[in-house]
Amino acid sequence: MAKGRRRRAWNLLAAALPRLGALVTVGLLAFVAGYVLWRGLPGLSWALLTQEESVLHGQVGIAPCILNTVYVIAVSLAAALPLGVGAAVYLTEYAPRRRLAAAVEFAAETLSGLPSILYAMVGSILFCTVLGLQKSLLAGSLTLAIMTLPTVIRATQESLKTVPRSYREGALGLGAGKWRTVRTVVLPSSVRGIAAGCILAAGRVVGESAVLLYTAGLSTAMQDFSSLSGLVKASGSTLTVALYVYAKERSDFTTAFAVATVLLFLTVLLNLTAGAVGRRR
Amino acid sequence: MKEKDIIKARNLDFFYGRAQALRHVTAAIPAGRVTALIGPSGCGKSTFLRTLNRMSDLVEGTRVEGSLTFHGEEVFSPNVDVTELRRRVGMVFQKPNPFPMSIYDNVAYGPRTHGRWNRAALDDIVERSLRAAAIWDEVKDCLKKDALGLSGGQQQRVCIARALAVKPEVLLMDEATSALDPISTARIEDLILELREHYTIVMVTHNMQQALRVSDKTAFFLLGELVEIGDTETLFSMPRDKRTEDYITGRFG
Repeated sequence: MAKGRRRRAWNLLAAALPRLGALVTVGLLAFVAGYVLWRGLPGLSWALLTQEESVLHGQVGIAPCILNTVYVIAVSLAAALPLGVGAAVYLTEYAPRRRLAAAVEFAAETLSGLPSILYAMVGSILFCTVLGLQKSLLAGSLTLAIMTLPTVIRATQESLKTVPRSYREGALGLGAGKWRTVRTVVLPSSVRGIAAGCILAAGRVVGESAVLLYTAGLSTAMQDFSSLSGLVKASGSTLTVALYVYAKERSDFTTAFAVATVLLFLTVLLNLTAGAVGRRR
Repeated sequence: MKEKDIIKARNLDFFYGRAQALRHVTAAIPAGRVTALIGPSGCGKSTFLRTLNRMSDLVEGTRVEGSLTFHGEEVFSPNVDVTELRRRVGMVFQKPNPFPMSIYDNVAYGPRTHGRWNRAALDDIVERSLRAAAIWDEVKDCLKKDALGLSGGQQQRVCIARALAVKPEVLLMDEATSALDPISTARIEDLILELREHYTIVMVTHNMQQALRVSDKTAFFLLGELVEIGDTETLFSMPRDKRTEDYITGRFG
């Protein structure tokens, strides 16, 4: 009798604990998101999103930072995508020695776990100083490309591995060469996985601050994106860096929380897109 | 004069690493006939089939000894153009494996691989191949549709059309009906009987009734050895080897 009661009590507890854990987790997340929204939504306006900040007119605006963010995502992905997909294709489809592939995979895994400040220092020396790009969005984007490379490689590899062997056999059996098989059958079948990986990489780029603080500059003024030299020289803060600038350097918390709200929406959007892209088919 | 045996194996040995999968196989595949390869699982019949168009190359660490010729040329010679070999010796697999693209693109894949991009010529090849595979009437109105939306039996016939589209001389079928329902199987067997007129067919089958129904010649493999090869009717009615007799009467396998 007593034994049965104790067992029931244990079962109850065992059922309650995980639920409590889940509840606390969701609660904390909801609190953070809710707090950001509560503080940020009042400061959010169409003008803020579309205007440039101007001290003379007493006007705030984060349009330049939004453009900078788009620039950094686009350029870093444009650099990381071909390199990463190329490396992954080589590793999974061609690599003659398993050892080499395993070593590169291990390296990629390790690199993706390094603190980003490390990439920041290397990037600022390599791109800003040695290659003479100075503090610029371009230098920042290239550093981020290196940082997200492992993510793109891993996502592509995972995706390539899910392509059924029978597709490859079908193509090779028709006399297609290795490259034609990869290009026309294997890659198209894994494009969704690769795209999902890229969107996750974009998420990392959006969330990154340390690298850009070191390599891309802090300006919140509009940059010249209309010419090639402008694109190379442009230097400024992305939304994440702008958040730091507004909160830490200007103590303008209204704008800081508005930026935070924009970031929140952007991250949710990226994750939803990655999920939707990866799941279909 | 037309040659009689299109493929000849002499003392063919095949190894996966240390394991020997084929032992001194000597066989002749007659042109324009259906040859069935039968035998229990792991007997080497699929391995033998895959050496014929060198799909066996896809597995790492394999080794071949002895001689295998196609039109008198050594298949495993280093100067063989594998792409051209596989065009001439096509393959249909156990599980239907259409590519995740339209029916049209599936069938046009081979011709495009071999450099045919002319739209009108491709249209013609696609239609003729689908007709030859007895599926044209079912798909002619939806050539742009994804081939993965078809039923298993239809997919397999699209795969046969895809193999025919590069105008092969030999068609290898690796248990091509074992993943299909009886009706689809019957359709493909009928198809094989029709294709026999124009192609040399080598088929691996687990189903002895099927071998009896569609093949002219049957080869019985056991433990990597070719035990017996001969006219299908003779082999099934008067097997020369005791092991063949035991197998076809269902005493093992």
